[in-house]
Amino acid sequence: MRINESVAISAPRQMIWDYLAEPGNYLHFMSGVTRWEVASEQRSGLGARYRMLMRVGSAEVGGLIEMVEWVPERDIAWSSVTGIDQRGRWRLREEGDGRTRVEFRFAYGVAGAGIPGYVAEVIASRTIRGHVRRSLHQLKRQVEHERLRAEAARRRRPETATP
Amino acid sequence: MPDPAILAEKAKTNGNAGVNGVGGGFPLSPPDLAARVRDLAGRAGSEAIGAATSVAGSVLGVARSRIGRALSADLDDRDPDFIRENLPLAWLWATLWYRAEVRNLGKVPEHGPVLLVGNHTGGNMAPEVIVLPLAFSTYFGVERPFYQLAHNLVLASPLGPYLRRFGAMAASHDHATRALQAGAAVLVFPGGDWEVHRPSWQSSKIDFAGRKGFVKLALAQDVPIVPVVTIGGQETALFLSRGAWLAKLTQADRLLRLKVIPISLALPWIVNIGDLLGHVPLPAKITIEVLDPIDIKEQFGPDPDVDEVYEHVVETMQDTLNCLAAERRFPILG
Repeated sequence: MRINESVAISAPRQMIWDYLAEPGNYLHFMSGVTRWEVASEQRSGLGARYRMLMRVGSAEVGGLIEMVEWVPERDIAWSSVTGIDQRGRWRLREEGDGRTRVEFRFAYGVAGAGIPGYVAEVIASRTIRGHVRRSLHQLKRQVEHERLRAEAARRRRPETATP
Repeated sequence: MPDPAILAEKAKTNGNAGVNGVGGGFPLSPPDLAARVRDLAGRAGSEAIGAATSVAGSVLGVARSRIGRALSADLDDRDPDFIRENLPLAWLWATLWYRAEVRNLGKVPEHGPVLLVGNHTGGNMAPEVIVLPLAFSTYFGVERPFYQLAHNLVLASPLGPYLRRFGAMAASHDHATRALQAGAAVLVFPGGDWEVHRPSWQSSKIDFAGRKGFVKLALAQDVPIVPVVTIGGQETALFLSRGAWLAKLTQADRLLRLKVIPISLALPWIVNIGDLLGHVPLPAKITIEVLDPIDIKEQFGPDPDVDEVYEHVVETMQDTLNCLAAERRFPILG
């Protein structure tokens, strides 16, 4: 099952990228995610590994994931190493007027699970889609808030610099 | 022409001559014929009995070897790929039917052997038997070995081979020891059949029937105990009585290690005696809470009193169960 959602954020790509590249932020904006722990010596970047879990129905599902694509300010993609089969991708594309479109793609399933696997995927998709939408909106809120704070700080700087 | 008297004597000594005309066709007197018929009938009867005994013996032998195999514990029977492929089915069952909720699974130590001690609910269709392994396997991954101790009858049933692949094994001190020594997490329900069939109005009562083997096991293997408390299972049917008196009356307690023959009102049987074929559980909401690990030696000293540890575990679980019971507003709905 594949879920694809996007949101336009009023912030430069660089700022969103910085936010997404920091693993410590994921528990703050990813809805339903109960764990996002660094599981490799490398904290972020291509090859970094994380143990992530998301509450879906009666279970916290996820597993060990590895970053398999890392194109600064454009794409982050991961794939599962253990746990349920999953692939995720953040796509950042400029829209003009200082806005950036952030797209989140998430594909999941359990190979070999047959019909119950398919039924579970369909039923879980409602919950997961909700998590993905809320995550994008929380990302938008967090980043836009950061941008406003940064702009306010920049506006104040010349005033405080003048004695 | 031979002398008929000589021929008759000859026929007698040959033994199998001619009653049905196949062997020789000498005429016999009625008493001789009757004796021969009796002889043959007796022989046929003994042959039939012998054949039946041999068939019964081989059937019993096969059954004995299958039961023996079911009750043995081979840690390799647990199949992580099989578990992984069946997680969606268990997830559907736990999510849609029981609306199950498992809390604080993160309290289970991340690595190493651990003894999970749970209260047992819901008769032979115990919901926590599905929900807890599902939650454990999705949380820690199917790669982490996890075994569940089960009643002999459950493993000897047709479902036995299926359950063994999930990590179920016959409840015994030796089997649990072997699993713990291999670094696995082991789930045990000390109350067993006694607790699982308690009446529905005792739903919020921990009743291990004084079985302290789990404390001795944890002490011997020096592993932490993680109590796991479940509520809701006793609402999946109306459990009326354990039927301990019935087990004694039928000697099932002695022959089958069954201390109870429960009596309940359950679907589709309406009146369900024994629950041997299981039942269709009502979709009661199941809530499971994992408690803090108990390091016995750290908490009770190097030479702890087994009774004291047992009381502590039961009291801790009872306190949590009381809280969970207070949370529930309606039966079944939760």
